[in-house]
Amino acid sequence: MDWVLLIEQCLNGFQLGVLLFLIAAGLTLTFGIMDFVNLAHGSLYMLGAFFCATLTLWTDSFLLGVLLGLPAVLAAGMLIEVTTLRTLYQRHHLDHVLATFGLILFFNELVQVIWPLDGLRVPFPPAFDGSVPLILGIEYSAFRLLIIVVGLAVAAGLWFLVARTRIGMLVRAGAANPAMVSALGVNIRLLFTFVFGLGAALAGLAGMLVLPILGANSGMGEQIIILAFVVVVVGGIGSIRGAFIAALVTGLIDTLGRSFLDVLLLAFLPTNAAEAAGPALSSMLIYIFMVVVLFLRPQGLFPPGR
Amino acid sequence: MSAPLLSVTGLHKHFGGIAATDGLSLEIADGEFHALIGPNGAGKTTLIAQLSGLLLPDAGSIRFAGRDITDWPAAARAHAGLARSFQLTSVFNDFTCLDNVALAVQAHAGHSFRLWAPARDDPALREPARRVLDEVGLGERADVLAGNLAHGEQRQLEIAMALATSPRLLLLDEPTAGMGGADSERMTAYLQSLRGRCSMLLVEHDMDAVFALADRITVLVYGRAVASGTAQEIRANAEVRQAYLGEDD
Amino acid sequence: MSALLPASPRAWFAAVVLALCAAMPVIAGAIDEPYYMDIFARMMIWAIAAVSLNLILGYGGMISFGHALYLGLGGYTVGICSYYGIDSALVQWPLALVIAALVALAFGAISLRTRGVYFIMITMALAQMVYFLAVSAEEYGSDDGLVIYTRSELGGGFDLNEPLHLYYTIFGCLLLALYFTRRLVASRFGMVIRGVQSNETRMETLGFATLRYRLAAFVIAGVMCAAAGVLSANVEKFVSPDALHWTRSGELIFMVVLGGMGSLFGPVAGALAFWLLAEVLSRFTEHWHLVFGPFLLLVILFARSGIDGLFGTRDDAG
Repeated sequence: MDWVLLIEQCLNGFQLGVLLFLIAAGLTLTFGIMDFVNLAHGSLYMLGAFFCATLTLWTDSFLLGVLLGLPAVLAAGMLIEVTTLRTLYQRHHLDHVLATFGLILFFNELVQVIWPLDGLRVPFPPAFDGSVPLILGIEYSAFRLLIIVVGLAVAAGLWFLVARTRIGMLVRAGAANPAMVSALGVNIRLLFTFVFGLGAALAGLAGMLVLPILGANSGMGEQIIILAFVVVVVGGIGSIRGAFIAALVTGLIDTLGRSFLDVLLLAFLPTNAAEAAGPALSSMLIYIFMVVVLFLRPQGLFPPGR
Repeated sequence: MSAPLLSVTGLHKHFGGIAATDGLSLEIADGEFHALIGPNGAGKTTLIAQLSGLLLPDAGSIRFAGRDITDWPAAARAHAGLARSFQLTSVFNDFTCLDNVALAVQAHAGHSFRLWAPARDDPALREPARRVLDEVGLGERADVLAGNLAHGEQRQLEIAMALATSPRLLLLDEPTAGMGGADSERMTAYLQSLRGRCSMLLVEHDMDAVFALADRITVLVYGRAVASGTAQEIRANAEVRQAYLGEDD
Repeated sequence: MSALLPASPRAWFAAVVLALCAAMPVIAGAIDEPYYMDIFARMMIWAIAAVSLNLILGYGGMISFGHALYLGLGGYTVGICSYYGIDSALVQWPLALVIAALVALAFGAISLRTRGVYFIMITMALAQMVYFLAVSAEEYGSDDGLVIYTRSELGGGFDLNEPLHLYYTIFGCLLLALYFTRRLVASRFGMVIRGVQSNETRMETLGFATLRYRLAAFVIAGVMCAAAGVLSANVEKFVSPDALHWTRSGELIFMVVLGGMGSLFGPVAGALAFWLLAEVLSRFTEHWHLVFGPFLLLVILFARSGIDGLFGTRDDAG
C-alpha cells in the first residue's frame, strides 16, 4: 500500500472538495431560498478567474488580484440578478434553466471577445510556489494546501454568518418560508440580491483559487457545474451543511476513484478489461454515487427541514 | 351488525412538533352519510389526505371494505372504491369539463396503454361522462374549459369527477366552499340525491348542509374526535354547542 | 376534399413548412445550391429529436436535461456496428432502438421518482455519465469521435448514399414522428400524460398509477430520439461524444420552447428557427453566441409561448 500516494490523493480530494463546496454553497443557497435553478453559476466561477487573472497580471500580486477581484465578481453577480434574473423567480424551473443557459452562451463568448482566445494564465504566487513538508516525508504543494485552508476558513465563516448573525437568520428563514419573511417587512428583494451576490462571490473565489493551477478559460464553468449540481443534490437542496459534506465526499470519491480504481479493478478483472474499464468507470463513479444516494434518500443527505 | 365500510383506528400524524391528527378513531357504516365538523385547524383536511392516500399516517390504521389500506398509494385506494373531492378546486384547467370527467371515467376503465385510438371519440368514456355532467347540472357546459368555469361550477365539476369513478365512499372536502346561498342549496340537494348510491364522508362548515345530509356527525378538535353521534345527539350536546356550534352561530 | 385542406392558420403554417421541406431537393437543385439540402436534412433530424422531447417536456411536463443522450445512443449504435463491419440497417436500426429503450427504462426508473430540480439534475448527471463513458472509450474514437465509413444499408433499392434517398428517408421519418405523436397525444395514453402535467395529484387521486405512464412516455421519447440519432449518423458519417453533452440537451429544450411547448408542430418550427438563426448569425460574426445567448434569454422573458403562441391560444389542447 502506497501510503504516500494515498495521503496525497486524499489531500487532493479535500482540495477538490473544498472548491466544489465554494461553488455548491452559492448554488444551494439560491435553490433553497429563491427556488432558482442557476445554470450560469459556472459563469460566475469563470468570471472570478478572469477578473483575478487580469488584476494579478496588472498589479503583479495574486493577493491583490483576489482582494480586488472579489468585489468585482460580487458586483457582477448582483448586476446580473437585478437586471435579468429577478423577473424569473415566479416562473417555472424550466424558465430559470433556459434563461441561465442563454447567459452561459453569452458569457463564454464574452470572455473570448474581451480576453485572449485561449484564456489567461498566472504563475503561482511566489510565497506559495513550492511544497510544504508534511508527515511521512510527503511534500505537498503549498498552494493546494492554501486552497484547503482558505476553503475551510470560508466554510467556517459561512457557517458563522448563517448560524450566528441576523442576516444569516434571515437567510435561513427565507429558505424555510420566503412569504413569511416578506410579510414581516424584510425587503425580500434585497435579501435575494444579497444571497445571489454572496453565491457569486463564493463561486468567483473558487475560480480564483483554481486560477494558478488551471488558468482562466472559456467554458471552464461547464466542466465544474455538473459536479456542483451533484454536490447540491446529494447534500440536499438548500442545505449548506449538506453541501459541505457532500462536496468533501464527492471530491474524495472522484480523486481517489481516479487514482485507485484501476488498481482495485486489476484485483478482480483481467488486465485488458481493467485497463479499458478503469478510466470509464472512474469518471462515472461520482454519478453512480449520486444515483445510489438519491435512490436511497431522494431528498439528499441533509435536506433542510421545512 | 355488519362490518363498517370505513374504520379508522388510533390515527396519528405529526408535523414537526404539532399533532395534526392525534389518536383519531372513526367508523362509517355502509350507506351512511357521515359529516366531520370542527374549527379551522382541527385537522379535517389532514384526515382526508390520510384517507385518500396523499399523506401517510405516522401510526394507526385505516380499514376500508374489509381491507387494511393504511399503506396503500392513492391510486390503489381509488380502485378500491374511495373517491375524493378537494377543498381547493383541483381540476384540469386546460381540459374541457367533458374531458375532465372522461378522464375520471378512464381511470376506472382498465389500463390506459392505448396509444392509438383517440380518447375523445371513445363512447365508453364520453357517454358515462356526459351522464354524470348532466346529473350534476353541468350538461350545458360540457365543452367549456374547466379553467373558465365560474367558481360554483368548478365545485360541481369536482363532485362530478369524484362520482364518475363509481365510488363506494365519497370523501368530500368542503364541497360548498366559497359558494353562495342558492348554489349551496342546490349542491346540498344534489348530494342528498346520492343516498343509496354511495356512502359519504363530508367535511363541512356549512351547518345547514351538515344537518340536512348527515346521518352521523363527528366533531374534530385538535386532531381528536371529541364527540360522535347522530345529528340529534350532536345538536343536543352542550359541550359541542359551546365549543363549536356556539362560535358558529 | 375540403377535409384535406388546412383548417386554420396553424395548420397552414405546418403545411407550408412541410411542403418546403418536401420540395427542398428540387429547389436546391434549381438554384444550384445542394448545400441547402444538407441544411434541411440536418434541421429535420433535429426536428425529429425535438418532437420526441416535446412528448415528455411539452405534453408531459418532464424537464429532461439529458435527452440528447438518446441522439448519441442512436448514433453510436450505428457507428459501433459499422466499426465491426455490421452495416445492415436491419440489424443496426432495431438494435439502436432497443438499446435506447432499455437505457430510457433504466434511467427513467431512477429519475422519475424525483421531482422538480432533482429531476432536472439527475437527468443531466445521468446523461453526463454516458458522455464520460463515450469519452473514455478509446477504441471508438474517444473525444475525437468515430468516423463511419459506410452508411446503413437498407436494401430493397434504397441507397442512403444517394442524397435524394437519404433526404426523403429523413423526411418520411419526420412525417411518421409527427403522425405518431398526433395519435399518441389524442389517445387514452396521451390524455394521461397531459393530465399528469396539468395536475398530478388529481390523477393519482382518480386512480392513475402515474409512474408507469410517465415511464412509458419517457421510453417512447427516448426511442424516437434514438431514431433521429441513427439518421444523424448516416448524414454526418460521424458521431462524437459532443452529441451526448448536456449543453446539447439544453439546445434541444430550447427548440421545443422556441417552437411552443405542447403543440404538435411547435418542435419542428422551433428546430428550424433555432438552426436558421444560428446559421444566419454565424455568417455575421464568429462570436454569434453573444447575440444568440441574449436572444434565448429574451425569448424566455417575453415570448414564452414560442412560435406556436403567435397563432393565438389553441382552442383545444393540441
